[in-house]
Amino acid sequence: MSADFQSVNSISGSSFDNAVHEKLLCLKNISKDFFGNKVLNNINLEIKKGEIHALVGENGAGKSTLMNILFGMPVIHTTGGYQGSIEIDGKEVQINTPHAAMAHGIGMVHQEFMLIPGFTITENIKINREITNPNIFSKVFGRKYEYLDYKKMNADARAALDKLDMGIEEYTLVAGLPVGHMQFIEIAREIDKTGIKILVFDEPTAVLTESETQHLLAAIKRLAAQGIGIIFISHRLGEVMQISDRITILRDGEHVVTKDTKDTNTHEIAQLMVGRKLSLERKNRSKSISDDIVLKIRDLVVKMPGEEVKGFNLDVKKGEIVGIGGLAGQGKLGIANGIMGIYPAKGNVEFEGEPLELNNPKKTIKAGIAFVSEDRKGVGLLLDCSIELNTVFTSMQIHNDFLIKLGPFKLKHTRKIRSHTKKMIKDLDIRCISYTQNVGSLSGGNQQKVCLARALTQNPKLLLVSEPTRGIDVGAKKIVLDLLRKLNEEQGMTIIMTSSELAELRSICDRIAIVCDGKLEGILSPDAPDADFGLMMSGSKVNSQYGGDING
Amino acid sequence: MAELTVKKDKRESFIQEIGLPTVIIAAFYIVVLIAALLLKLSLPVLISDTLRRFGMNGLLVLAMVPSIKSGTGPNFALPIGIVCGLLAVVCGIEFGLTGFGLLAFSSISAILISVITGYLYGKLLNAVKGAEMTIATYTGFSAVSLMSLVWLMVPFTNKKMGWLIGSGLRETIQLDAVGADGIINDLLAFERFGIKVPTGLLAVFFAFCIMMWLFFRTKTGIAIIAGGVNPNFAAASGISIDKNRIIANIISTVLAALGIILYSQSYGYIQLYSAPLNMAFPAVAAVLIGGATASRASVSNAIIGVFLFQGMLTTALPVANELFTGTDLSEIMRMIVQNGIILYALTQVRGGAK
Repeated sequence: MSADFQSVNSISGSSFDNAVHEKLLCLKNISKDFFGNKVLNNINLEIKKGEIHALVGENGAGKSTLMNILFGMPVIHTTGGYQGSIEIDGKEVQINTPHAAMAHGIGMVHQEFMLIPGFTITENIKINREITNPNIFSKVFGRKYEYLDYKKMNADARAALDKLDMGIEEYTLVAGLPVGHMQFIEIAREIDKTGIKILVFDEPTAVLTESETQHLLAAIKRLAAQGIGIIFISHRLGEVMQISDRITILRDGEHVVTKDTKDTNTHEIAQLMVGRKLSLERKNRSKSISDDIVLKIRDLVVKMPGEEVKGFNLDVKKGEIVGIGGLAGQGKLGIANGIMGIYPAKGNVEFEGEPLELNNPKKTIKAGIAFVSEDRKGVGLLLDCSIELNTVFTSMQIHNDFLIKLGPFKLKHTRKIRSHTKKMIKDLDIRCISYTQNVGSLSGGNQQKVCLARALTQNPKLLLVSEPTRGIDVGAKKIVLDLLRKLNEEQGMTIIMTSSELAELRSICDRIAIVCDGKLEGILSPDAPDADFGLMMSGSKVNSQYGGDING
Repeated sequence: MAELTVKKDKRESFIQEIGLPTVIIAAFYIVVLIAALLLKLSLPVLISDTLRRFGMNGLLVLAMVPSIKSGTGPNFALPIGIVCGLLAVVCGIEFGLTGFGLLAFSSISAILISVITGYLYGKLLNAVKGAEMTIATYTGFSAVSLMSLVWLMVPFTNKKMGWLIGSGLRETIQLDAVGADGIINDLLAFERFGIKVPTGLLAVFFAFCIMMWLFFRTKTGIAIIAGGVNPNFAAASGISIDKNRIIANIISTVLAALGIILYSQSYGYIQLYSAPLNMAFPAVAAVLIGGATASRASVSNAIIGVFLFQGMLTTALPVANELFTGTDLSEIMRMIVQNGIILYALTQVRGGAK
């Protein structure tokens, strides 16, 4: 690999020297696979001095993996490393540890704040890089026992905060500061590191309010003006249009295009971002959806960490498949979890005209709603137990099926359980050795089928499925989706399917509700153009003022 | 070469299936048995002793099964149930009961007392999720200390239990004085080839094993298992995990109370004050030797474990005495095996609030 490089360098010769110097960071032909599953394919990315370079793409497009490679994260190197090369200031470098990344002047502002609440701002900025003065003990016991030089540390912190135009006193405790300020302290810590050349912002605005966001974007621009190269990762296309110089779009691990921001617009980016993925055939269907509303959701608020729902409304008609889509963290997963009472919920939900008591899984299941959780291993299955127990458990506990009465005791009806499980294994084509096999030893796709088997055993009137194809291979995906469609068409089961994969929602749903920031952004037909989905998912209708400004 | 690896895999999966502690202790037991034969120790006596100790410790070990299954880990607070059982027995003696009457009275009142304490103990465990085992150990210790005061201050006047001078109960109280020494053991007992079989004792133990096995096939039992294996799963299926944990710990406490009655009548004495302190660890060790882990256990684990552990101890004692005269080696070995096995099991506990 290095031999290749030298030849490239010698060809490029001295005439390019200037241009090479201009390029601060150069990622060349980066590819990465996790155990044969290709997640990045031949990505090229270059960052110039003082440039704000936006990196956009859907969840799973490969943005985080690319950044992990840039930071030499252990997750990359314990899974076989990567192909391609990284150049900084025109020199090829090996980044095998986060420490090496820092030494090369790469800084990262995390999405979650890594701050110690009980420490002051200065202490947080200077942590592990304290300025110290020697004393009598340190001469004996070593450097770790030196006094802290608060004067110098405060001065440094002040300088970093001033760069960001932050008026806050450096000796304030971090605890109790508003979220926006914490974000700035994270940034101050990065820019205080000497020799910082490249700063990566991973969705920095996700937790900020609008005014805080504007403040942050202005600060980022100031940093860029000082010659620092910025990689800006965001789902909010408005912001991207507002501050970036160039935009690189990734989709499914492929480098789609790099464009100058002035040559493009939100609409085009959204379209490129979503694209058409694996062509899941959409069959023409002949079925009638009645106008009866089976589920009515009003002002649903769910406190699910990372997937908060903040006032969601939706009507579901009897016999339809409704898709719920949206980007990660926008709250789409919270909806089903809230209805099922797995996370605390508030609001009005009516099922078949009767109000549904929230936060009571037992009553919800009794009413005839079944749930296939997105967290298969955590919530969906008893991994250490047999397929048959997993299949019948909920029906047995809630509907009192599969039991024999013996005086005051209710014993499990082994024969009935066996024959039912056998039927399910056959119907859903669960690949297993026997019905007593532990589900933990099944493949992901077959585990998912067991989850479905458990839901179907409850004979639900309404089936909620979350991420039914997450982590399973393409063949199993098709079987699961076909099964859902079959249940819907043949038994008239109403299904609400939540998924991050737009392609699969479009392949089987009758309507697709897009969730953004915990609320319903809009409902689209599965045939709606890609751009509509992309725009709606990034909430650009709300934030369109940024995009509009730049496009003029 | 390939065959060799296949063989190795097979051996590994065999050990995995049975559990490393079980394999080691079973192997050790066999070694000790062979040593006993070589030393020409009386085999019928050894087997008789093993059977008796198997039966008398059985219920205490069985008490581990519900608590482990419910997800609260081995019941290190076994002394709580034990002192309930002891309290019931001394009350019975104070009321002047003897023989089967005494055992019947103390069993029934032991159940009543231990249901209440078990309920409170379950409540406590629900308040300290994630640290059950540590809290349980100290709760057990505290209960023993508290009861030591009770034994000392209780105004009982029955001469069979008091000190010669002063007030309070004695440390050990002979049961032959109240006609309850070994009466369950001797029920239908018989002798064949020099081996004494304590039929009544074994029958009681196995009856409880069957009841336990049946219980975990009931709706409630299955819900308890699910809550122990994956609390999130159970909660999503509308199960009240806290309630189930309380039920499981009530059962465990009741078994401990009944277990000590069965143990004492076979032993011939009831031991008060600090004796119950040391009852929990052998029981925990036994169920772990039987192949249980801190998060899963079955009735068969309890049966196999108590047999191996008690069998090994009974056999090792005379063998060690024969080989190393004048030392206390077997007691030292018991401590190493018992505490070592608990330590091993704790290192196998995966992190998290299991």
